[in-house]
Amino acid sequence: MRAAVIQFPGSNCDRDMAVAIRDITGAETTLVWHRAGELPDGLDLIAIPGGFSYGDYLRSGAMAARSPVMQAVVKAAERGVPVLGVCNGFQILTEAGLLPGALMRNAGISFVCRTVGLTVENNQSAFTKGYSTGEQVQIPVAHHDGNYFADSETLDRLEGEGRIAFRYAENVNGSARNIAGVLNAGGNVLGMMPHPERMTEAVHGGSDGRRLFAGLLRQIA
Amino acid sequence: MKTRIFVTLKNGVLDPQGKAIHHAIEGLGFSGVHDVRAGRLIEIEHEPGVSKADLETMCTKLLANMVIENFEIEQA
Repeated sequence: MRAAVIQFPGSNCDRDMAVAIRDITGAETTLVWHRAGELPDGLDLIAIPGGFSYGDYLRSGAMAARSPVMQAVVKAAERGVPVLGVCNGFQILTEAGLLPGALMRNAGISFVCRTVGLTVENNQSAFTKGYSTGEQVQIPVAHHDGNYFADSETLDRLEGEGRIAFRYAENVNGSARNIAGVLNAGGNVLGMMPHPERMTEAVHGGSDGRRLFAGLLRQIA
Repeated sequence: MKTRIFVTLKNGVLDPQGKAIHHAIEGLGFSGVHDVRAGRLIEIEHEPGVSKADLETMCTKLLANMVIENFEIEQA
């Protein structure tokens, strides 16, 4: 298995993401700088990590979504390569048009940084095979702009097509219908605000995030 | 030549920053303020040859997120 983690100026979860992928899946994991015009060959997974790419200038994820490497990520996603965006990565994927909707300032204005309960809504995607549908897991969030917005028509379509991967078990940030993670139509792109890479071993306080990566490995290998 | 671009949230999209600013205005003792919406002003210095269509494309491709925002272009 081969994976790439994209690094933007201001990414800060890139190494944690690379460690989680490498340790759990054994994938040969490369960090790819945002100026790269192309990605390594034969990738089985592309991860867009959390952080504050470009200092959140203009809008969270807006600048990163227009960087050279994202053209290559969009092409890879269109070919069916699994793409996982976490936190700022989710914001970047919506700004790049790979996922519908937008992530706005948290409804309560405050930065939210704590472990939250998530309900697994769909365990049929490559990213959620390690979970059971309806199961509740504990994964940390750390964000200021995690308030998921889409018009009601789009939300109905996402629900109807089983494209809500995770929902918050409580109102965390004002997200429409408590959505925490969404899939693209092909099911190969997942964006989620919670950080599975921060919950992968007992010393983190839990390992519910580990199963996302373990499930991916089973799916890809 | 200078163009000003105003980016604002669409009607119906909740604006938590506007709400917080509204609370702060009330906290200063001003009454009679009904609502506050916060937006963004972007000033662009450019050659006269940069067309209105170019500016609109800049807005739709980068300066505004059309899922949640509208823009207005004001040329001096």
